[in-house]
Amino acid sequence: MLCQACRKKQANTHIKNIVNGELTELLLCSDCAEKMGYGMKLTNMFDLGSLGSLMSGIMGEATTSALAAEQHCPKCGSTFSSIAKSGWVGCSECYNVFYDRLLPSIKKIHGNTIHTGKKSSAANNTEPQTSAVSNKVNRSEQLKAKLKDAIDAQEFERAAELRDLIKELEQGGM
Amino acid sequence: MDKKWYELNGTYGDVIISTRIRLARNIEEYPFPIKCSAEQQQKITDKVKNAVLNSNSVIAPRFNFIDMNGISATEKISMVERHLVSPEFISDQNSKKGLLLLDDESVSIMINEEDHIRLQVMNEGLELEKAYETAARLDTLLDESLSFAFSQNLGYLTQCTTNLGTGMRASVMLHLPALQNGKAIRKLSENLAKLGLTIRGTYGEGSEPIGALYQLSNRISLGISEKTAIDNLKNIAMQLASQELAARAEMNKHISVQDVIYRSEGILKSARLITNAEAMKHLSFVRSGITSGLIDNISLDTVNKLMVDIQPATLMCKAGKQLSSQERDEIRAKIIRKELA
Repeated sequence: MLCQACRKKQANTHIKNIVNGELTELLLCSDCAEKMGYGMKLTNMFDLGSLGSLMSGIMGEATTSALAAEQHCPKCGSTFSSIAKSGWVGCSECYNVFYDRLLPSIKKIHGNTIHTGKKSSAANNTEPQTSAVSNKVNRSEQLKAKLKDAIDAQEFERAAELRDLIKELEQGGM
Repeated sequence: MDKKWYELNGTYGDVIISTRIRLARNIEEYPFPIKCSAEQQQKITDKVKNAVLNSNSVIAPRFNFIDMNGISATEKISMVERHLVSPEFISDQNSKKGLLLLDDESVSIMINEEDHIRLQVMNEGLELEKAYETAARLDTLLDESLSFAFSQNLGYLTQCTTNLGTGMRASVMLHLPALQNGKAIRKLSENLAKLGLTIRGTYGEGSEPIGALYQLSNRISLGISEKTAIDNLKNIAMQLASQELAARAEMNKHISVQDVIYRSEGILKSARLITNAEAMKHLSFVRSGITSGLIDNISLDTVNKLMVDIQPATLMCKAGKQLSSQERDEIRAKIIRKELA
């Protein structure tokens, strides 16, 4: 199926929308989707569902090498290749079982692999985060706040220093 | 009757029409929606419903439960037009979907959407912190009785990896007629991507969405706290608002633009048949005219309300019956004339 916008490339993004009182579905290539603010290669938007094929694009390479020994998630039965194909993770346990293989695409999407922000009450019952990692995360958040202040104050030299520090910290084996 | 949030004009309302915070959550006990049986979907619906309705929260009695499988297609589409649910939520007929809606329609909890729970808080104007506070309070309340899927490293676990971390999507709806006219949006969207934000049309596809209404939102949720994501979004939204206002003031000085604005007012006040797209276009010009002081007898509240009320499915819901396209155009024109009289 060709992209309905450029009519040149293969469509791989499925967008659902309400236009003039009717549910419409649009098939776009990832370039057109990105131009329209939807696809943004590997990142999300409000409209869901369109990511499946995009995700299988990113995770595809990993899939072929993993096919030899298909491991199933004990909780929901998903395999890594089924996740890569649909773009949907089957259950919370999949994130444990396929953690190492999901991580590269997560990193590509978010540019990051460690959560900062609100914690669920369940967080207290799971294994504690190592203090080294948690310190690093806090330090990085602090630096980001300082970076924001520096940009607001138009202190660009300082901002550049801070940016490099953050980069160093985040690349330092996280 | 009290006005709904989407019928009001709020902070920075000249440009920023509304704010929305959405949190994605899943119950640890069950697989994600694609792996749920009908029976499990029912159990999830009951659990979420009870967690809200039977809680001690003062807000609990103000929620209504709606079984999405028990309402008409028109009612469902109208909910999307009023921004209460996502298009995805109503497009899949095969699963059991439920909705908890607050009486003023400012909070909606979608059950069995892409995740078990999609909690949305909406406000008029720019109110990101306020909307997030409400969302976070409800989230904590639900978490107490439901226990959400969460990992130390990846945060809230979601069916799609794009929502990991905070599970939060924060967005503001902007009215950008002058920036759209100057073709600035395309260039802007490239720069926004670098800041982890995205912009797209609210109604319709393409580079010139109907009514010059745009949705600005964060696209990254892992490794960035809710506060930082909201601060970034707010910062950019305010910058866009001031750029739009400056461009609008400049643009609306021209007699040719003023002519378009006053003609739009004239058409809206006198048309006997008007399509949704035409009405939205003219309402957009009138809205721009009000904020530049060219039109002073119409309020922004009225324009905001009309932009929702004249949408096809919402129109039919109010009329209480199915209408042909021409019947809709006639009723739409009548509603607009009455509101602007």
